[in-house]
Amino acid sequence: MREITYLEAVREAMTQEMERDEKVFLIGEDVGQYGGAFGASFGMLEKFGPDRILDTPITELGLTGAATGAALVGMRPIAEIMFMDFLTLASEQLVNQAAKLRFMFGGRATVPMVLRTPAGSGTGAAEHHSQSLENWFAHIPGLKVVMPSTPYDAKGLLISSIRDNNAVVFVEHKLLYKTKGPVPEEPYAIPLGQADVKREGKDLTIVATSVMVSRALEAAKTLAEEGIDVEIVDPRTIRPLDAEPIIQSVIKTGRVLIVHEAVKMGGYGGELAATIAESRAFGYLDAPIVRLAGRDIPIPYNRTLELSAVPQVPDIIAKAREIVQGKV
Amino acid sequence: MSNEMYLEWYRQLVMIRRFEQKSSEMYQLGKIGGFLHLYIGQEAIAVGSVAARQENDHVITAYRDHAHALVVGIEPKLIMAEMFGKVTGVSKGKGGSMHLADVNRRFWGGYAVVGGHLPLATGLALAEQYKHTDSATLCYFGDGSTNIGYFHESLNLAGTWQLPVLFICENNQYGMGTAVARASAVTAIVDKAKAYGLPASQVDGMNVMKVYEATQKALAAIRAGEGPQFLEMITYRFEGHSMGDPLRYRSSEEVEKWREDDPIGILERHLLSEKLADKATLEQIDKSVEQELEAAVKFAEESPLPSADDLFAHIYVEA
Ligand SMILES: Cc1ncc(C[n+]2csc(CCOP(=O)(O)OP(=O)(O)O)c2C)c(N)n1
Ligand SMILES: [Mg+2]
Repeated sequence: MREITYLEAVREAMTQEMERDEKVFLIGEDVGQYGGAFGASFGMLEKFGPDRILDTPITELGLTGAATGAALVGMRPIAEIMFMDFLTLASEQLVNQAAKLRFMFGGRATVPMVLRTPAGSGTGAAEHHSQSLENWFAHIPGLKVVMPSTPYDAKGLLISSIRDNNAVVFVEHKLLYKTKGPVPEEPYAIPLGQADVKREGKDLTIVATSVMVSRALEAAKTLAEEGIDVEIVDPRTIRPLDAEPIIQSVIKTGRVLIVHEAVKMGGYGGELAATIAESRAFGYLDAPIVRLAGRDIPIPYNRTLELSAVPQVPDIIAKAREIVQGKV
Repeated sequence: MSNEMYLEWYRQLVMIRRFEQKSSEMYQLGKIGGFLHLYIGQEAIAVGSVAARQENDHVITAYRDHAHALVVGIEPKLIMAEMFGKVTGVSKGKGGSMHLADVNRRFWGGYAVVGGHLPLATGLALAEQYKHTDSATLCYFGDGSTNIGYFHESLNLAGTWQLPVLFICENNQYGMGTAVARASAVTAIVDKAKAYGLPASQVDGMNVMKVYEATQKALAAIRAGEGPQFLEMITYRFEGHSMGDPLRYRSSEEVEKWREDDPIGILERHLLSEKLADKATLEQIDKSVEQELEAAVKFAEESPLPSADDLFAHIYVEA
């Protein structure tokens, strides 16, 4: 199959959906003439024109609200927020309005919109441009939260997100933009709320999200050489969560390590751990449920500090070993 | 205006220009990472306005902050070290290019969420009003920042409470790739300030003398109890928004036209034609700046990296 980057997969999904459905448009800061801060929409202004590729002023709250309002009356906007850190600004319209309007109006309204945003550290962008805030939004009933980890998932999940009739927060990762993988040329939809087993194994389940999926896969190679056979489950959508494949995997392996980039306290790993502990998998556990997550600090600028602020491949290897060797 | 003052301005203008060029070089060598926003073209604003401040005035700005850091008096080597991510840097390598600060100089730093520091500026000013001091707050931001809610809430608050704050908009014609007219319903940014009752005027931001004069007047008005003031400095950034800007949104003719108004050239011509300095004196200054920068890079190179212990330091105040 043809290989393209994660960034190209995002662009292709937007492009194909815009070709299919006139109600879909893109709205965001510097998405048009500049081509997007990371180039996700590069060339789309030339293709679709300024009526469908809307450059906004610097106005996260305003553009998120405008997308919400347009969605209410039948449009299907894709809003781009340049960095996930700025969802703090967009969140009033997203959390108080977009997420709740359908419920508040007794099911008589829908908000079919997607809010795309790049998250994560690893680019030296420091405290204001590096956060992973997905769990803030996973906490909100009415929102869906999607976190693709591969180019294939990025395209299929974005297409589903655009076609979904709810407000979807679509979390991309800056470090994944340049990664390549097989992606079909034709449009295809991966259902939201469907986890994916990225690697099968029998000794330990690793549940990882976003960039941590590729780090876990990397770690699994080394662990395999040591005779530790890891299974990797990627939830892909953290709200709604497809818990069953995780539970089944834990029943099979009896051990589970949860890995994400966001800060551990209050992070999604807590939700995953509780879901496993509350499930029938509990009785099969041979070791405590372990989380490996971002340190309890903001993301610093210095490269070495930045790298040690979030889980890296050797951290995953070390933690996996500890669990399997009964050292936790 | 004394001769020394003019020469000091000249030195600062050249220092900023060369510092930025050096930073760009270091970025390309991979010594500096993350985001790097150059101030080239806008030098006269930081130099002329900070020259007009009194020592107890506060300064706060956005991520395009190297110049402000330099003119408040932070040594170039401490800024360079910060950008190299070294523990000797002004923010101990934790903030980098966009988050320079020196609280002892009342420089409250660079902020990378557009507009996020405007409310903070009103807070600095509120505290000084509360304490009945004569300190004013100089708050710098770009044209693009006048479109976000922060700007409007802050100007309204400052106007309502008559806070001692000077808002300085550095209108360099673009917010990233978006020209003012494509993002602002009102293109004369001073008009936005007037809506909140702030006295506001446009200033030639390429001319350090005019910037100085306008700032001095505005600060005097604040200290005379006339409330918050607003200056729109008309300027241009000669380089891209940050490193790696594809520059698809403006023509090279436009850039060339603005380059004729180079702030260093304007002051240099004034100094030479008024016989306030001769060519040799200026060249001497250029050379000493060059030497200081060489030393700054050397210092940054040789400084140690933060240690693993620094990771958890400074999150909370200990007891
Ligand atoms: C809230 C927020 N939105 C978007 C960005 C991305 N961004 C960084 S700088 C910038 C342009 C700002 O333009 P302006 O205020 O004119 O300042 P200039 O860069 O021209 O100095 C944008 C959109 C950001 N940092 N913060
Ligand atoms: Mg600007």
